[in-house]
Amino acid sequence: MQRWPVVLFLAWVCFLFFAGIGLFMSGFLLTRIELASSSSCSDPLVPPLWERQSLPPGSCWAPQRFSKAVLVIIDALHFEFARFDPAKASPLPYENKLGVLHQLATSQPRHARLYRFRADPPTATMQRIKGLTTGSLPTFIDVGSNFASYAIQEDNLLAQLVQNGRRVVFMGDDTWEGLFPKKFFRSYFFPSFNVKDLHTVDDGILQHLYPTVDSGEWDVLIAHFLGVDHCGHRHGPDHPEMAKKLTQMNEMLRSLVDHLGNDTLLLVAGDHGMTETGDHGGDSEKEVNAALFVYSRTPLFGSGPPEEPETIPQVNLVPTVALLLGVPIPYSNIGEVMAELFAGDSDAVSAALQQLSVYHINAKQVDRFLQSYSLVAQDLPAEQLQHLQELFSSAVEEHTQLLTQVQGTTVPPELKPRLGSLIGRFQRYLREARAVCTQSWARFHPLRMVGGCILIASSCLLCYMASELATSSRSLCHSCLLYPLFLGSLGAGLLWLVHVFTQEGLDLLLVSSWAAAASQLGFFWHWWGQHLKRARLTGSQPPLASGGLRQRLQAWLGLAFPMGILVFRCGAMFSDSFVVAEARVAPFLLASLVMLLVGKLHWDGHLTVPEGPKQQLLGVSSYRREIWYLLCLVAMLLVCVRLSSFFHQCREEIPQCRPSVFLSPLASLRNTRAKNLFYLLCVALLAGLVYAVQSWLRHYGNLNSSDPLVLFVRWGFPLVVLCIACYWAVASSADDSLGKLQELVQVAVVVFPRAVYGLASMGLLLLLCNPMTVFAKDTRESAGSIVTPYLGVPGSEVDFLHVIPQIYKRMQESQKSRLERGSCRATVAAYGLGSVYSAALVIALTLLGFLLMLLHSERLSFAFLLLFMEAFVLLHIHTCARGLAGDAELFSVPWYAVISWLLAASQFFYSTGHQPIFPAIHWNAAFVGFHLDHSTNLLPAVLVGANTFASHILFAVGCPLLLLWPFVCEVSTSQRKKPKKESREEVEEHMMEMRLRESPEEFSTALLRLGLKYLFVLGAQLLACVCAAMILRRHLMVWKVFAPKFLFESLGFVVSSICLLLGISLVMRVDCAVSTWFSQLRLR
Amino acid sequence: MREAEVRRLLAANLLCALAIVLATLGPAFFLDGFSVLGTHLTWLCVCSVCVATLNIILHLVLKPNQSPKRRSFGHKISRFLKCCIYFFMSCILFHAIIVLYGAPLIELVTETFLFSVLLSTFTTLQCLCLLGPNIQAWIQVFSKNGAMSIWESSLQITSVCSILGAWFGAFPIPLDWDRPWQVWPISCSLGATFGYMAGLIIAPLWIHWNRKQLTYKSR
Repeated sequence: MQRWPVVLFLAWVCFLFFAGIGLFMSGFLLTRIELASSSSCSDPLVPPLWERQSLPPGSCWAPQRFSKAVLVIIDALHFEFARFDPAKASPLPYENKLGVLHQLATSQPRHARLYRFRADPPTATMQRIKGLTTGSLPTFIDVGSNFASYAIQEDNLLAQLVQNGRRVVFMGDDTWEGLFPKKFFRSYFFPSFNVKDLHTVDDGILQHLYPTVDSGEWDVLIAHFLGVDHCGHRHGPDHPEMAKKLTQMNEMLRSLVDHLGNDTLLLVAGDHGMTETGDHGGDSEKEVNAALFVYSRTPLFGSGPPEEPETIPQVNLVPTVALLLGVPIPYSNIGEVMAELFAGDSDAVSAALQQLSVYHINAKQVDRFLQSYSLVAQDLPAEQLQHLQELFSSAVEEHTQLLTQVQGTTVPPELKPRLGSLIGRFQRYLREARAVCTQSWARFHPLRMVGGCILIASSCLLCYMASELATSSRSLCHSCLLYPLFLGSLGAGLLWLVHVFTQEGLDLLLVSSWAAAASQLGFFWHWWGQHLKRARLTGSQPPLASGGLRQRLQAWLGLAFPMGILVFRCGAMFSDSFVVAEARVAPFLLASLVMLLVGKLHWDGHLTVPEGPKQQLLGVSSYRREIWYLLCLVAMLLVCVRLSSFFHQCREEIPQCRPSVFLSPLASLRNTRAKNLFYLLCVALLAGLVYAVQSWLRHYGNLNSSDPLVLFVRWGFPLVVLCIACYWAVASSADDSLGKLQELVQVAVVVFPRAVYGLASMGLLLLLCNPMTVFAKDTRESAGSIVTPYLGVPGSEVDFLHVIPQIYKRMQESQKSRLERGSCRATVAAYGLGSVYSAALVIALTLLGFLLMLLHSERLSFAFLLLFMEAFVLLHIHTCARGLAGDAELFSVPWYAVISWLLAASQFFYSTGHQPIFPAIHWNAAFVGFHLDHSTNLLPAVLVGANTFASHILFAVGCPLLLLWPFVCEVSTSQRKKPKKESREEVEEHMMEMRLRESPEEFSTALLRLGLKYLFVLGAQLLACVCAAMILRRHLMVWKVFAPKFLFESLGFVVSSICLLLGISLVMRVDCAVSTWFSQLRLR
Repeated sequence: MREAEVRRLLAANLLCALAIVLATLGPAFFLDGFSVLGTHLTWLCVCSVCVATLNIILHLVLKPNQSPKRRSFGHKISRFLKCCIYFFMSCILFHAIIVLYGAPLIELVTETFLFSVLLSTFTTLQCLCLLGPNIQAWIQVFSKNGAMSIWESSLQITSVCSILGAWFGAFPIPLDWDRPWQVWPISCSLGATFGYMAGLIIAPLWIHWNRKQLTYKSR
């Protein structure tokens, strides 16, 4: 049997997929590391001592200019919405509606100004709020300390305000509640999720806005209006509804301005723009072009407004507002202050000095951030950082020089141009720093995304072709594996050489994806060559066109039945509603697939006995007896599928959904009786599982030998169950009821899970060392010496006692064998050889099941029971259907079986209480057996990953069972036939899995094809997710639905493929052991 | 003979389709506030009753399967009762399957049950009319070469189409369009109805086009 080539080929295919995933991810998911540090008033950053003393009270870093501020955020306020052009005769519905802004800006040019406000992609509301408060560029994954909630961990404007004793009042979009929990002095949140609802949020704010402003109990007021955005999503900007909405906003601003005091700064900002269809999320010009309007009753600007409104990046708002209000700039801000706001009404020179000082503060803060960021992350290019550093230090040097020449407030006139140039240098530094950050944090790489997509797609194609072509593993592995590997390594080597010559940093990802692409090309090239050769060979013969075509058509139609379901499943990835509802989609498709299978079997007439004259007369008995068995199995499967839907977790997109009660741990249950009942049920269920597995093994004779593995199954399994039961008991008991035993409980909570880990890993090790569960009874005469010599003192009485029984036993045996020799020849009877492969897999699956159950909350063990039952039923349906259809190809697993297996895997992903969103991850799995003291991140990641992808793991490891099960079930079918056809079969039947060993070549090919089919179906789902994420990257829901779905799917793919490899390697290992066992038997 | 029968089939099927259209539009004249979406339950009842009566009448008038011997009155009664029981059982079975497919278990039981009645009307009732209470024969019809006459072919097509329609009807339910017809079971029952009507129209056409390939064995 070809073991290594099969595993290597599969590993190579996995590598191709991984390279594709990695390439796509590097283009799609931009990451950034969140720093935990925050600024404070006492930072030794700025300004020099003599200047700090002159700060008025209540100010940090810079003198406070406004004691109050109102920030009005109008979601999706495009710049065109805010602009007013009186010359326009027939404005569009969204034009010329915010007249109040224009009025203020023209009547009081030194009090008000309109800006173009450039948002950074991704232009989703949550990311924009983060950007508007932290002054940074949030990416999809801000690697922070806590994934479990959306709360902003980084230093931000609100945190600074609260830290410095300002009262912040908020009203509007409830996204802020999740982002800034418990930060607000007072808050009025309104639900933001329903895009169709244009008015709830706005009317709610208007109800509270003026009373709050008038009451004066606030320092900073934030109002976030959603109506314009929702109107855009619903109707698009070019709609009368939008005109109404903007007019409402205009009225709101007009009366708000009347309510403001002299010491208040008013900021009206859009968080992003919108496209012509009203969507946002991407980086097109229309989406990033928002508006900002600044107004105060006291003069703000030194000069009048420029002709064309200035364009400023969104992050610039943060340092400006922070310094105007006299609070420190948030730590990770990379924005630049809007200097003209600091001019005030003083003369030009003192204004320039004032601006210089805020620039100086700003630059020092950015420099501090860049330095601490480059300490923890390497994603900012080093040489550019170096260049920035130089810019900064030279500017600071000049600044100190300049300050020494300035005495008090009098400035020598010759220093004026130097002041201007210094401001310019600070500006240049800040802008370049921002550009560097933008480049690495806020840009998709379309080329990488497309490349990743193509790699995954071609890997899928490769899987499909190889699984159809692989008639013998030898030819495939030798020719098709060697060429690609050679080409791949050649490609990688060349690329590496190029890198060496160009002296660039070596990007491992790029190298591996180039290698993958090259090796794929190698495969396809080789395949094409073979194809041509074959075509030339057959070209001499007359082609069988018509018959061939018809056959091919029929084959395609036969394939269309399971593949159609797969197409539906993949298509569902492209709609956010279907991704949200996938927990119901997967079971629906699974049920449909199985029903279709039965329908197809019936339609093809496999369920009826071929008609003879006798049946025609009777009419009644024309159905096979198996049909009832099959129908029962299908009914059981449907019941399992339906029951599993009681364990679903909820997503926030479906507000009326209630999470399953089984998800909460038993400890949270108040009712003691119910708690005890559930506990007993869970433990009984575990015991039942062990009993079922043991009796299955016993039935196939795998529990007879006295190998360590079998002993472990007999005694270790109950011990594992006992440990789990104890752990659950300790963990679910009420904390305070135990009193003095508290310390003991603390120990027990750690010890029991660790015992389970230890036992399970011991079991798996035993399984690897000696996976044979065969009991051999050798009735041949052994050639060894008759009596084993006694090793103690010779001649003593003990010696006799040792030897005599042995002699007696020996005599008895020889007598017996002499008697038997007459009747039949000496044979070796092996128990459990027929199911040796599946027995090993079943033991491994049970152990894994225990481990995974331990990681979930207690009552989810019901879901695991359903999982095992459903897998069992699916295997039986597959076996039964194959028996009924009378497939000639024993060694190939049909597509429907693979697809139903994978559908069940994704169904149970949801039924074990998971959802593809970050808040739904079961984080407490990381602390099963560990007490909040992880030294590395690896272990908790493994635990949480195992918890999340439990069903993927189990189904992928169990995948080879699809091939093995029909062989295992051979006995029962042949037994059923026996009464009819009498005993002639007895001699030739009962080969079971040894049939596989008889033809090792076909066995390895079958395993290879099964693995490739599994990878193809997995890869097709992944491809759908990847394409959805790429095509819909401008979609409203991309960061909420598609991107997390893509992440979970790709992680699931990685886990599944690795587990598949492990499962197949386990079968190979068993095969190895069986071979050595046979050779030993032959030697004896 | 053959052509005439196909024409009869077409006429009967068109009548059935007409009955559904009438059941949708007609009651609005008698009942206040009747609409398919608003008072869906009433529509389900009306539609099932209309289709059922029309099917039975057509069966009595056209007599597609003439039984050779005359049966006694008592036999007919027992046959009728058996048919009723079978119909009821098929409703229950459909209900169970629909629930197993993911329909709510406790809430909306009436809706689910009426939907299963509608499905039974489209499928089981026709079987009952055509084949009588003989499950073996039913199952036989739904295999590759099971149809014995054009009526049975038509039965095959319409039943499969209605069930497919109901299956596809489940697809729009999760979408976030907030349309009134996305509520359970409206989309499914509408899907089943459209599927049934499509089947009614497709069946005669398909039989007409494939009349050379169709060779029916006698039972």
